[in-house]
Amino acid sequence: MSDMLQQAPRAAGTASAVPKIRLRGLRKAFGAKQVLDGVDADVAAGHSLVILGGSGSGKSVTIKCILGLVQPDEGSIEVDGRDVLAMSRREREALGDRIGMLFQNGALFDSLPVWENVCFKLLAQKRITRAKARDKAAEVLAQVGLAGSVGDLSPAELSGGMQKRVALARAIAAQPDIIFFDEPTTGLDPIMGAVIDGLIVDCVKRLGATAVSITHDMASARRIGDTAAMLHKGRIVWTGPAGALGHTGNALVDQFANGEREGPIQMELRR
Amino acid sequence: MAALILDPLAALGRATLAACRTIGDVTLFALEAVSHLVRPPFYGRLFWRAFVEIAWFSLPVVALTAVFTGMVLALQSYTGFARFNAQSTIASVVVISLTRELGPVLAALMVAGRIGASFAAEIGTMRVTDQIDALTTLSTNPMKYLVAPRLLAAVIALPLLVLVADVLGVMGGWLIGTYKLGFVSAAYLKSTFDYLEADDVISGLVKAAVFGFVIALMGTWCGYRSKGGAQGVGGATTTAVVTSSILILALDYVLTEAFFAQ
Ligand SMILES: Nc1ncnc2c1ncn2[C@@H]1O[C@H](COP(=O)(O)OP(=O)(O)OP(=O)(O)O)[C@@H](O)[C@H]1O
Ligand SMILES: [Mg+2]
Repeated sequence: MSDMLQQAPRAAGTASAVPKIRLRGLRKAFGAKQVLDGVDADVAAGHSLVILGGSGSGKSVTIKCILGLVQPDEGSIEVDGRDVLAMSRREREALGDRIGMLFQNGALFDSLPVWENVCFKLLAQKRITRAKARDKAAEVLAQVGLAGSVGDLSPAELSGGMQKRVALARAIAAQPDIIFFDEPTTGLDPIMGAVIDGLIVDCVKRLGATAVSITHDMASARRIGDTAAMLHKGRIVWTGPAGALGHTGNALVDQFANGEREGPIQMELRR
Repeated sequence: MAALILDPLAALGRATLAACRTIGDVTLFALEAVSHLVRPPFYGRLFWRAFVEIAWFSLPVVALTAVFTGMVLALQSYTGFARFNAQSTIASVVVISLTRELGPVLAALMVAGRIGASFAAEIGTMRVTDQIDALTTLSTNPMKYLVAPRLLAAVIALPLLVLVADVLGVMGGWLIGTYKLGFVSAAYLKSTFDYLEADDVISGLVKAAVFGFVIALMGTWCGYRSKGGAQGVGGATTTAVVTSSILILALDYVLTEAFFAQ
């Protein structure tokens, strides 16, 4: 097992030594269930990390810990070298202003029309007037392949894939520094999935944002990730270049990436 | 053998601790929500939406309840008071019972059913679908956005509803008094207002404001703390209505004691 535990790579190729996000020894249990059991990870500024892992392995919980939505039991979370858990409420809010998040299930506000959802953060930060928000929403919706007329619908009137894209539009509308994508392409057709992947890459490259994505789609992981990390049994058991997924030489990661039934990961199924 | 005695004791202890925890949590929740009412930003649009929902859309049920209560009150006091030849006092009995007690309590119970349930269901759904977490990531404090405007709206709307209920209840009594019990209209109205004091009405309105706070607090708190999908939201809705109804009746006693003792 220990040979699988490789050190998270230092921010390769970037000038700053301080990683944008740095997790050390993150632990979280829900009741008796130890979900995170010492997660260590680094994400360099302007880089894109993809987190892989089986269903229920704690990928979403990890992201929620960084966002402050779940309080970890132990460990440290640093953003730009500053301990997030020790921050005052105001500092934390200021940090939150620069972070975008796409929730796994969209989490769109069903009491508001789509355009207000998309521009919610810009409106909340008073960076835009309500009069201008509609046009801005149409602009961002176009980036995710949706017509401007969708802006006037309510989220409940959209298909699952459209909701996902609106949620994505909402996450990137305020041009955040750090973006978290929890399964951005799940539920989309392959072409739209590739478009969204392109958009994520664009956000990272053009805006210089740092991205952390969760995905189960290996093609998408290779497209959007610089680095990939595998979460298994509450720890990061492998980190490496995303392009190598499928032939990493690590039995566990390769089994996962290639979707093989036989291998070190045993599904807990009753026969 | 010892288990027979200790198990119930342990259960009692656990229940007591859980109750203390809940009361503490509700109190802190209320304090935080109120603190958001005095710190910007303020969400006027959301306040107005909640206000319309409470005041305007509860008007029909509250009005019907008040009219029928006034009518029944007149009828009941008449048949009861006739035994003492005290029929002439029923106009004041109706108005005083309504303004002090029945107006605020019945209006609040009606609103608890409608609004407490809808607050708990709406906020509970937002909780279990991550919408409350999403608010946080969108530079918006969910307490300020979801809870504070609803609390304020309920505290303002309930007294207004009760004022309407008072007027309609008196009208209901007057209808029965004049058309069924043979009172002269002017005499009935005169005796209605002769014995009515400002305190009667004001105490009822203060009660209404407190009840409004309790309804909105329990509705939002139960929703905010709900977990476990649709079933959890259903449970939160029930708890909100039941606890706010009980609290309304209990607080009614406490407030009456405070107003009219000695
Ligand atoms: N609020 C919570 N209360 C209790 N248990 C929780 C909570 N949130 C997550 N869990 C548990 O933590 C574990 C990890 O959940 P998480 O949502 O992080 O999984 P995931 O890796 O994102 O899986 P998926 O790929 O299916 O989304 C699950 O077993 C889940 O039951
Ligand atoms: Mg997940």
